[in-house]
Amino acid sequence: MKNPFENRKYLIGGLLILISILYVIKLLHLQIIDKSYRLSANNNVLTFVPQFPARGLIYDRNGELIVYNEAAYDLMVIPSQLEDFDTLELCNSLNIDISYLEQKLKEARNYSRYIPSSVVNQISSVNYARLQEKLYKFPGFYVQPRTLRKYSKDIAAHILGYVGEVNKKTISEDSYYKLGDYIGINGIEKSYEKLLRGEKGVNIYLVDVYHRRKGPYQNGRFDTMAVAGSDLTTCFDSDLQEYGEMLMNNKIGSIVAIEPSSGEVLSLVSSPSYKPSLLVGRQRSINYPKLIQDTLKPLFNRALMASYPPGSTFKTINGLIGLQEGVLFPWTSYSCNLGYYSGGVHVSCHAHDSPLQLIGAVKNSCNAYFCNTYRSILDDPKFNDIHDSFENWRKHLISFGLGQKLGLDLTNELAGFIPKAAYFDRIYGEKGWSSLTVISLSIGQGELGLTPLQMANMTSVIANRGYYISPHIIKEPQPAGLERHYADIDSAYYSTIIEGMDQAVNGMPGTGSTARIARIDSIRLCGKTGTAQNPHGKDHSLFIAFAPKDDPKIAISVIVENGGFGATYAAPIASLMIEKYLKGKVKRKWIENYILEANLIDEKQD
Amino acid sequence: MKSRTNILANIDWIIIILYLLLVFLGWINIYSVEYNEETAGSFSFASRHGRQLLWIIFAMIIAGIVVIIDSKFYMYLAWPLYIFMLFLLISVLLIGKEIHGSRSWFVLGGFQFQPSEFAKFITALVLAKYLSSPNMSLKSFKSIIQSVALIFIPAIFILLQPDTGSSLVYASLFIVLYREGLPGIYVLIGFSLMILFILTLVFNKFVVVAGITGIAFLLYFFLEPRKKLFLNGFIIFTLIAGGLAILGLILPGGLSNSVILILSLVISGIIYSALAYIHKLKHIVAIFLFVAGSIIFVFSVDYVFNNILGDHQQKRINVVLGIESDPLGSGYNVNQSKIAIGSGGMWGKGFLRGTQTKFNFVPEQSTDFIFCTVGEEWGFAGSLVLISLFLLLLFRVLFIAERQKNKFNRVYAYSVFSILFFHFVINIGMTIGLVPVIGIPLPFISYGGSSLWAFTILIFILVKIDASRTESL
Ligand SMILES: [Zn+2]
Repeated sequence: MKNPFENRKYLIGGLLILISILYVIKLLHLQIIDKSYRLSANNNVLTFVPQFPARGLIYDRNGELIVYNEAAYDLMVIPSQLEDFDTLELCNSLNIDISYLEQKLKEARNYSRYIPSSVVNQISSVNYARLQEKLYKFPGFYVQPRTLRKYSKDIAAHILGYVGEVNKKTISEDSYYKLGDYIGINGIEKSYEKLLRGEKGVNIYLVDVYHRRKGPYQNGRFDTMAVAGSDLTTCFDSDLQEYGEMLMNNKIGSIVAIEPSSGEVLSLVSSPSYKPSLLVGRQRSINYPKLIQDTLKPLFNRALMASYPPGSTFKTINGLIGLQEGVLFPWTSYSCNLGYYSGGVHVSCHAHDSPLQLIGAVKNSCNAYFCNTYRSILDDPKFNDIHDSFENWRKHLISFGLGQKLGLDLTNELAGFIPKAAYFDRIYGEKGWSSLTVISLSIGQGELGLTPLQMANMTSVIANRGYYISPHIIKEPQPAGLERHYADIDSAYYSTIIEGMDQAVNGMPGTGSTARIARIDSIRLCGKTGTAQNPHGKDHSLFIAFAPKDDPKIAISVIVENGGFGATYAAPIASLMIEKYLKGKVKRKWIENYILEANLIDEKQD
Repeated sequence: MKSRTNILANIDWIIIILYLLLVFLGWINIYSVEYNEETAGSFSFASRHGRQLLWIIFAMIIAGIVVIIDSKFYMYLAWPLYIFMLFLLISVLLIGKEIHGSRSWFVLGGFQFQPSEFAKFITALVLAKYLSSPNMSLKSFKSIIQSVALIFIPAIFILLQPDTGSSLVYASLFIVLYREGLPGIYVLIGFSLMILFILTLVFNKFVVVAGITGIAFLLYFFLEPRKKLFLNGFIIFTLIAGGLAILGLILPGGLSNSVILILSLVISGIIYSALAYIHKLKHIVAIFLFVAGSIIFVFSVDYVFNNILGDHQQKRINVVLGIESDPLGSGYNVNQSKIAIGSGGMWGKGFLRGTQTKFNFVPEQSTDFIFCTVGEEWGFAGSLVLISLFLLLLFRVLFIAERQKNKFNRVYAYSVFSILFFHFVINIGMTIGLVPVIGIPLPFISYGGSSLWAFTILIFILVKIDASRTESL
């Protein structure tokens, strides 16, 4: 029986022959007819010289140039082209040791005999001029122009980050980078690396057997131009940032200021800090280890990574939750006799008028009032048990952006800590805890961790009466996904809390206002102090604030580690920052001097 | 003893000689890629040529074992092997090691193993087993679907790794189905889809849609004897397009040309179909289906290309189609490869004297781009020899396939042909810039243990079942 489809073998075989003929014609063209692919008879080779684009510039929110570039030169080597040369002469003209040079040449050989490696980085223009004259004596070496970062103001190290040589791991993961390339390592330089770096180009040259360049290969037909990096406009105000860093001098802590209506980060100070210029170029290898070993951790970005119990600033949030849950009303009144006493638990309070309603309780920062409020939230009969009510309370906190990363466009942001009910189950057993067990959460103490960024963002929610926009550090090009995140508190409830924050700052003298030091005559500033208990030493001083009251332009959080009461350091610093931002300059010189002179670091170390 | 001598006598020595020649040529080219003056003369099993030699020795042992095993074994074990292979392909997705962005490798100690290489011959066995079952006919739609499923299941798991190149190899098995009686219309449809696919990527999708419609009008014009009715259709289309264009001027946002084109096509299509139905026009339904099907296909290709394919795959396809030119990006490899091959000239630069291919500028120099070394060092003459060797091998496999009397053997032989054919065409095609850069090795030549062993098994199972073709029927 003959297979009816047997004839199909001819079509299949024909296809194979057809394709083979096509390939042979193409090869004939490539190898014989088209001379352009042939290099010349005497075995010429090509070298590929990368063209490095200038890195993008960085401006502040007012268009002031903050970061720019300066020319520098790298000495490169192609090991396969090396010939005998006067090692000593080369080392002398570069001020390097012979052992260093030998080490570098060995590394280069191990990496590739044909791809260039860098030997000495970031040679200054002056040294370059001297080297240039002698370079002909050193075949295999050539100089690659590069750019170095320069700073018009030596500030904002934690925002800007720095640039350094790419590591081997990144090279293996991303084929764009080659040994010796630069890459953003931290801050904006890292998170916006792709925009800032631009795209490398390449020039292809014909080189003869003596490694001399004979000119561009095929008149540069295959060359590509480098594409310059994009410039960035940041959200921070460099004057405000500089002022904030000055105020935080000799203190440990952080300032974060946000424009509530846009989520733009106006200032982000982590103290102690360092000058960004310390980590540029060849100085970096000297300065970096020093910074790493510094016990005050200047490289640690406290604004995004450190978490603190929010202390009494948290009363604003618990008040809002109480109002939303219908267990607290503006007219709810509790008495306070130097504290809260229940079931053998005692939370002390300071002397003030009693009883108080909600506004007065925020103004006076009454602990007893918020212990009562918090218990009524957790013991609310509409929930089955404390697990349900606690999780409900926690859900409200999450809606304020707490306990999670806010997605700031900088690296290294941390989430802080808001415990779950299960956390207490593990400690006390499932039935072993009640609202009284966790009473310290009512006044922002205990098992809570908020980053300074989260505190500023939470203040933004209050200033906006109900929402925040994802905080971000870059204005142009605008980051994607900037949307309103609503806290699950009806906007009507904010006015009472804000009134309390207003009274805390602007109340009549002698009426118990806890933050009168933050008062500015010409600006209606609303704020709330906090004192975070610190098991390792003196309490931390905290303050959150926004201003002006009716059209908020700035929301701020200030933490001064070991600063004592909120009103002692954090409140005046926040107040000065707001005055500086809204008025351009500070009139209250005595407060400014008081802060500038305060030195909490030496005090601590004594 | 008797059966063994019998086997040796029946073995197709031509294919074995071709196999050995290719493996040898592969090894000397791998040696050449690594060679430089400093390390000349040294030999080490840590180097690529050293390891490849080790793998070649093992491949010979494997080939011996494959030939000793009873030929019925391959038929009986097709299904169990297929199930086991699927298990391996799923496991590698879960516990495999990611290398160059795809999870295709098992790593045990220092040994790496790529299950997708071995999936090829197992799929070939199972396809042979399935198509040789009694009363099987590729005229029935059900059997077509089932055989396509057998081919696609491993391909999809491999695509998930993702190893696009290896999974595309399975498409070549359509040659087998065609030879076994898949109706020609499917091949025609497949072929036109491929053309449309390329056109969609090269041109704007609206231009392609307009082109298809134009062809449809022409077809219709020639097929329909009543030319006046055709003219009516043209007038309807013009009126609607004109109307929409005027509407576009009035509407605040305006209408883009493409929206006008599409809308008028759709509206006039509907009106005209209704008219056609009333006048009982022939062909119109078929032509309408052709246009609708093409339009849907064009838009889905556009969607898949822009939303599903990875960045680098998009770029690679674009470069081959001449859409984007970036010598340092994905076209970089191809440019380097063409320069290397082109620099070889007629007779090449000679063994070990290539310069372009030693620069490490083309990654995968000893694996996917090994043909560059051949082209550079052995020139046009050498390339021609290599291509001829492959042609001889492929035609020998085709010849063997056609002399089989049982269907299992024939289908398997055709699968071997298809798989080798695809690797040969794609691999060489990509180095000379005629085919997108799809990372698959050149059989027997490219560096790599898994691929060499898998191709060895593939070929020697064929040698074995061919040698015992007279044993039973
Ligand atoms: Zn009190």
